Amino acid sequence: MSASSTAAGSPGRSISALVSVALLRRLLPAASFVILLGAIISINPRAGTYMGLTLILNLAVPLVLATLSQMLVIAVNDNDLSIGAFVGFIACAGSLWLQSSPWMTIGIFVLSIAVYALLGWLIQAYRLPSLAMTLGMSFVWYGFAVVMLPAPGGQAPAWLHHAMTWRPAFIPLPLLISLVLAVVMHMLVMHSSFGVLARGLGGNGRALARASWSLLAIRAGTYAAAGLLGVLSGVSLLGLATSGDANMAGRYTLLSIAGVILGGGEFVGGKVSAVGAVFGALTLSLVTVLLTFLSISTDWQIGSQGVILILVLALRALLQRNSDAEGPVA
Amino acid sequence: MIIRLPQAGSAPWFWSFAAAVATWLVAITASAGMGATAMITAALSFSVFSVLVGVGQMFVIASGPGNIDLSIPSAIALGGVVAMKLMAGANALTAEGLAAACLVGIVVGLCNAGLIRALKVPPIIATLAMSFLLESVAIAYGRGLLVQPPPVLGWVTTVRALGVPVLPVLGMLLTGALGVVLHRTVYGQSVLAIGQNTRAAWLAGFKIGRVRIITYALSGLLAGLCGALLASFSGGAALDMGTEYLMASIAIVVIGGTSASGGRANLLGIWGAALFLYLLRSMLNSLGFGMGWRLVLNGLIIVIVIVVAGGEKWER
Repeated sequence: MSASSTAAGSPGRSISALVSVALLRRLLPAASFVILLGAIISINPRAGTYMGLTLILNLAVPLVLATLSQMLVIAVNDNDLSIGAFVGFIACAGSLWLQSSPWMTIGIFVLSIAVYALLGWLIQAYRLPSLAMTLGMSFVWYGFAVVMLPAPGGQAPAWLHHAMTWRPAFIPLPLLISLVLAVVMHMLVMHSSFGVLARGLGGNGRALARASWSLLAIRAGTYAAAGLLGVLSGVSLLGLATSGDANMAGRYTLLSIAGVILGGGEFVGGKVSAVGAVFGALTLSLVTVLLTFLSISTDWQIGSQGVILILVLALRALLQRNSDAEGPVA
Repeated sequence: MIIRLPQAGSAPWFWSFAAAVATWLVAITASAGMGATAMITAALSFSVFSVLVGVGQMFVIASGPGNIDLSIPSAIALGGVVAMKLMAGANALTAEGLAAACLVGIVVGLCNAGLIRALKVPPIIATLAMSFLLESVAIAYGRGLLVQPPPVLGWVTTVRALGVPVLPVLGMLLTGALGVVLHRTVYGQSVLAIGQNTRAAWLAGFKIGRVRIITYALSGLLAGLCGALLASFSGGAALDMGTEYLMASIAIVVIGGTSASGGRANLLGIWGAALFLYLLRSMLNSLGFGMGWRLVLNGLIIVIVIVVAGGEKWER
């Protein structure tokens, strides 16, 4: 996707060099994941086994889902600052009622997806800043979670816990889920008409409107899809954690944004990559594992995620150099 | 179908003050008129901190679409920790401590601007990476001990003259000065010009890089200063004391009538919005809601205020 734009930007260089630079850029998210994983395995070879991989990547699954949700919102040039609170809300609701009254809980999930769609509709209809709107919604979701579960508690249904700890043959479950998600989301974003419309809204909404598409429907639909991924993230987090806590996904908001960008997404222009976002989320969750293996103080856990972010972006900037020299920096 | 909502038009600060007055009226009605003035003085005292960071965030947001400073909370924490450690509770070191907090903030801002420029990444992600890093630095540096602020600084941040808290008055003077900077200096006008149309401003010869650097440094400075004052006000620096100010700074800027896509800024609205957010919390408190419902209503009201007042004009 970015190959053609890179090639068009610098006519002076040979085709093969351009292809390799563009290819390198696209491989960067996967490469950073592989390098981190390699470092972890070289410290402790047992991490490379089936069990090891399952353990070190388990908690990545909900973050991958949250990151994909954020990616959809970023594809339409918005940011979702409420995703962390939303995932916590879903996990809390699930921990309380998914076991005892599954249909009511599913009703709550559907309703909250509808709220996401309404949010997208409002943002489009009144040209509201998504940043501020989702900021307000983060209080709402977090507040509801606190109302439901003032103290950590609740219980994940046994079937959900079993599903999240299922051991498929050959490939560890977190990797299998990530693979499926990457393929499905890649098809949705790059090859379905919905994905094309969503990215079109991010790229040039006015052109879409002129072609008589309903921007309201596109943005509302994108937000609804983001809400669905948020629900899946909350449910999978519940399955892993087995109990609920309003605060359990607070970090997801900023980590998911970081994951999308690590994966090669851009904030404007509808440029996102589903495969990249999955690798971005996996990379960020490996950072904490690596630190534990290096027995570095937890003080530096969050800081090293910042360092990885800066390093990968610096690498990307190096690969990007000379491709767009003209004009001010955005 | 789109329903036309009333636009604040020429006075974008109007909505934030109207909302503040409305919440205050509900709150004093709920308490049957008790503590009406006490609530205002408390609101002024607490709002000054969010105003400080809100003004910094406003300059950043006004300087163009996509510009935002997510490192404010960690700059507050680091500023507070550094100031408290340096002063070590001694009056004699007050000036040095405040200067150090401001300096820390400026360095944070310069790093932000440097990252944005060097990595060619959107500000949201550069300042996010920076805040991750700073958070760890603040945790590692400020581990454990709670240092008391120097008595003189504790006194200044809480003292009242003729029943009026002094710190908010100082805060208003500072906001006034920054208003002059925004509206009467080349730098301030450059911020707005770049915010309205970066490319046009670039072609017209504005020094975009330099203006951006100053803007992020200013935001960092105000956050660092806010950290030192907040630590003095509350009797010591806590590492999480900046957390709520990220959301607050953004909400205040948008509710206060500054355009979220840049190019328009409103300093008066910042005060209105800060007072509104504080009074909203005390109103929900005095109505007797529990913490959860307070958060829900807080968020819903923010969303409603933004829908009513925050919409951009749609030009074809």
